[in-house]
Amino acid sequence: MSDMDRRVHAHPILDDLREPDTYIWYHDTKIPAVTGEPVAAALMASGIRVMRHTVKTGQPRGIFCGIGRCNDCKMVVDGVPNVRTCVTPVREGMRVETQQGLGAWRDEA
Amino acid sequence: MKTTDLLIVGAGPAGLSAALAAAQAGVRALVIDENQRPGGQLFKQIHKFFGSGVHKAGTRGFRIGEQLLKETLEQNVEVQLGYPVYGLFPDGRAVCGSPEGAQEIRAKKIILATGANENNLCFEGSTLPGVMTAGAAQTMINLHHVLPGQRVVMIGSGNVGLIVAYQLLQAGAQVAAVVEAAPAIGGYGVHAGKLRRAGVPFYVSHTVHRAIGTDSVEGVELVKLDNFRKVDGTQLEIPCDTVCMAVGLTPMVELARLAGCEMTEIPALGGVVPMHDENMRTTNPDVYIAGDISGVEEASTAMEEGRLAGTAAAEALGALDAETAARLKDEIRRRMALLRSGEFGAKRQAAKETIVRRCEAFEAGRQEEGERA
Amino acid sequence: MSMEPSCPVKGPGIPSAERRAKGPVACIECFQHIPCNPCEASCPRHAITIGGEITGLPHLDETLCNGCGLCMTRCPGLAIFTVDESGENARVSFPYEYVPLPQAGDAVTCTDRDGHPLTQGTVVRVRQSPAFDHTAVVTVEIPKALSMQVRFIDRSSIPGR
Repeated sequence: MSDMDRRVHAHPILDDLREPDTYIWYHDTKIPAVTGEPVAAALMASGIRVMRHTVKTGQPRGIFCGIGRCNDCKMVVDGVPNVRTCVTPVREGMRVETQQGLGAWRDEA
Repeated sequence: MKTTDLLIVGAGPAGLSAALAAAQAGVRALVIDENQRPGGQLFKQIHKFFGSGVHKAGTRGFRIGEQLLKETLEQNVEVQLGYPVYGLFPDGRAVCGSPEGAQEIRAKKIILATGANENNLCFEGSTLPGVMTAGAAQTMINLHHVLPGQRVVMIGSGNVGLIVAYQLLQAGAQVAAVVEAAPAIGGYGVHAGKLRRAGVPFYVSHTVHRAIGTDSVEGVELVKLDNFRKVDGTQLEIPCDTVCMAVGLTPMVELARLAGCEMTEIPALGGVVPMHDENMRTTNPDVYIAGDISGVEEASTAMEEGRLAGTAAAEALGALDAETAARLKDEIRRRMALLRSGEFGAKRQAAKETIVRRCEAFEAGRQEEGERA
Repeated sequence: MSMEPSCPVKGPGIPSAERRAKGPVACIECFQHIPCNPCEASCPRHAITIGGEITGLPHLDETLCNGCGLCMTRCPGLAIFTVDESGENARVSFPYEYVPLPQAGDAVTCTDRDGHPLTQGTVVRVRQSPAFDHTAVVTVEIPKALSMQVRFIDRSSIPGR
């Protein structure tokens, strides 16, 4: 899964394309990331689409609005649940986990 | 508590233009935005804009954004980023979130330039990962340079759907289909032409019946529509890994409601909007609006509305004399009228006039009530 | 699958057959009254007129136009082409905003306004300039009979892809 590369490496209009210069952890997998990009972009670039599972029926949810409105991309980030990954910039070594239901703080889990 | 003469909520094209116009009149505004970056959706627009020279037509949207931001910063406008405004009282007190907790700001005049939300469609499988708004896909490709998928089905052939589909091609994705429920393409023919030349199939009088997949989308089933009703037995499966929805926008009016602004429904501009007069002033005399919150249009109209609101607010604050303000506002209104002309613009022009008429009727009623009391 | 018919090639921006036979000329395929006029100001020879209302359709004065193609890169709708029927084969130029760019000499599949393949052609020129702001202009050579049909290339036919 993490071998997938969905980054745009050549573009006819944009010339400020950036290559990964850092990494984050998705569960136990190291994912390349670009400093300052949202966590969701780093995950999407590696082909990771399921961000959380819903409370009652456990259905998968992924990026939907991409600008911090819809709450579908909430994950557990560094042990904190309900973090909107589409508006949270990556930090080197950050730990990102799929959220189950409402999520739990790491020390409660 | 922080105080300011003019508070502008939203640092998109409308908010920044409002701040710039106010600054040029000598009013220093405070601009607040919940996002980490200014510019709203403008920096995602990598296509050349329509309009005329005065609207910087023929220039790509993000370059217009860079220019606007530069001019705003040159005027020493204060832009506070990462602060969501979530409270607004009719007396002009605003409450926003901040790392230090809730913060109160008292302003003499407020301009709301909060923009719009993307609409969505409900169908079987519409919650599957890989189904997203066109705006989400556009954000990913043009701001973060990441493809949401390899093979995309676009629902909606308005200008947003057409432009984002083209930009997905430019970023290296395939567009498997553009789907439109109406019998004809909704957006400009020239935008559709770019996709057609690239061989993108259009399915008019069709909608998505369901998205297929377990953990993420693997395809869609389209169905033919007859006068917007599904025709049994016409299902057609298209493999794809991404479905984008470009099915309109709804003005974000929550703060205007909190400020006690009267609302009016105007479907041609996206639904319920705050009533406003020719100066973009709402029925709360201290609150102005600009951009998509006052009716969904384009970035170029949002910028003109921002200038209008900024100028009007500066006049109300006493920074401009009536004659200068009238001259400036007339120039802006002339440029704005150009953008609302032609077969596409005329509907928006008419809808805007309706809002102003309703606002005048409301104000007249209020005055009459006051006289009677 | 339903498909609207391709846009009819008639209007105030379309050059006559006589003019096309004389050498390169713009072909402005802008048929809706969009509030837009950058093409008018882009023409150094003042061959394009929109008129007082910016929603007017661009009108081409084919006697003034020399087919330089500057307007092509200014049109936000990418709706302007140039056609040259003066040689043995026709040359059609179109705006191009994809990567990779084709190169002069490439044999490519040329397509119509709906992306349908029509003929094999040869890329004879690819123009780029900072003034074009990332809109390249690609010129292909094709059989003369198809000069008003060919408007693009099949990107997958570019050699080396």
